Amino acid sequence: MVPKHRPWRLLARAGRLLLPALLLGWSLGLRSAILPADRADALYHAYDGGGVQVNGPSILVRKSIGTSVSASYNYYVDNVSSASVDVLSYASPYTEQRTEQSVNVDYLHGKSTMNLSYTNSDESDYVSDTYSFTLSQDLFGDLTTVALGYSVSDNTVGRNNRKTGTTQIVGTARVQGWRLNVSQILSKNSLLGFTFDTISDEGYLNNPYRSVRYLDSGSGTGFSYQTEVYPNTRTSNAGALRLRYYLPWRAAVSAGYRLFSDTWGIRARTWELGYTQTWRDRWTFEARYRLYDQTKADFYSDLFPYRDAQNFLARDKELSTYTSRNLGLGVTYHFLKNGWGFIDDGTANLFYDMINFDYQDFRNIPAGGLAGQEPLYSFDAGVIRAFLSIWY
Amino acid sequence: MRPLFIILSLLWLAGCSIEPWVKPYERAHLADPIMSFSRDPVADSYINHVHEAREGARGAGVASGGGCGCN
Repeated sequence: MVPKHRPWRLLARAGRLLLPALLLGWSLGLRSAILPADRADALYHAYDGGGVQVNGPSILVRKSIGTSVSASYNYYVDNVSSASVDVLSYASPYTEQRTEQSVNVDYLHGKSTMNLSYTNSDESDYVSDTYSFTLSQDLFGDLTTVALGYSVSDNTVGRNNRKTGTTQIVGTARVQGWRLNVSQILSKNSLLGFTFDTISDEGYLNNPYRSVRYLDSGSGTGFSYQTEVYPNTRTSNAGALRLRYYLPWRAAVSAGYRLFSDTWGIRARTWELGYTQTWRDRWTFEARYRLYDQTKADFYSDLFPYRDAQNFLARDKELSTYTSRNLGLGVTYHFLKNGWGFIDDGTANLFYDMINFDYQDFRNIPAGGLAGQEPLYSFDAGVIRAFLSIWY
Repeated sequence: MRPLFIILSLLWLAGCSIEPWVKPYERAHLADPIMSFSRDPVADSYINHVHEAREGARGAGVASGGGCGCN
């Protein structure tokens, strides 16, 4: 059973109480935390599953400025080619590109770190600007790090007309997020992380391309489509606990559990297990398993009984009841363990994830069958992350 | 509410004098990169985006991204 909302309210209250304490601690300006290391990453990513291919690069450069400031810049591209089950059911395959750029500045003051970031995401039918601020503080002899963050994102949602090549703006949405993150040293070999996020949306939250279907005896297929209608607000809470334990043969095991609930009626749970093994100083191997399940949104149905059956209507498979299983494998090779010129270290990395999605109340319309009796939908996806990293 | 705030504030101030049960020189294992919750931010941010674009749940991930890219 997924828990009700009460634990979230208690945690949110604890977060509010910690804020003045954190600000007090920050003002004392005690001894040192550390800034992130100077590094550069060049990543190629590829996703292939359910008729959707997404690939592109991601480049990150991070450099410290003096002893108390570190800045980073990230450039990221998604090249999308989609013939998903939704597209095949009532639309045409398409391609598009999303570009994301972000700037991040960390400022170190004693045992505190302030982080400011700005992210712009741009695609032909969706533009997003996100600003975020995080304050973190080391406590209790640096055994504990507490961070509080706030972010606000303004989004403009459009709908492309692929025949005319034009885009019509259909709405705007504002998303605000509050985060509490606690990292705790438990022993010489174990670390505990706790993260709690509250995210609140307001505005146009529909996917403008998605439709719901309803029974229609006048249609040859037995059903017809109408546009989805989502509520204009959504608030979600997610809390996660993660544990890492160091093993004597220079390996690590990790475990994580996340609970999620929102005002749309979705309840979700995530379990994570991981194992990291080093070999001969230059190699690191990783394996991870992630299990995710969720209940459907209150206003989701695969097939509504008639047109305008209720005030809110959705048939997004992301809002349906389903289970997802993810097995990931990775290898890292230190090709510059002893440095070279101004470079201190360099790694080549390859990660591959296999993900299975198994839907319990979302049917595969293109597979055919009587309305509401088509086979349930499921698909497998593969995800590649190949990247080079250098530290300097 | 108020007593809880006072207790938390006192705990906070007391924390300045707490003797850490894991001394700084005992943290070599914890400082090993394999013990990091997010060793490679770019790669973690990407896989987090892969999950969030296809799941109803969001937040409390290892790393976070932006935008949609999820039609």
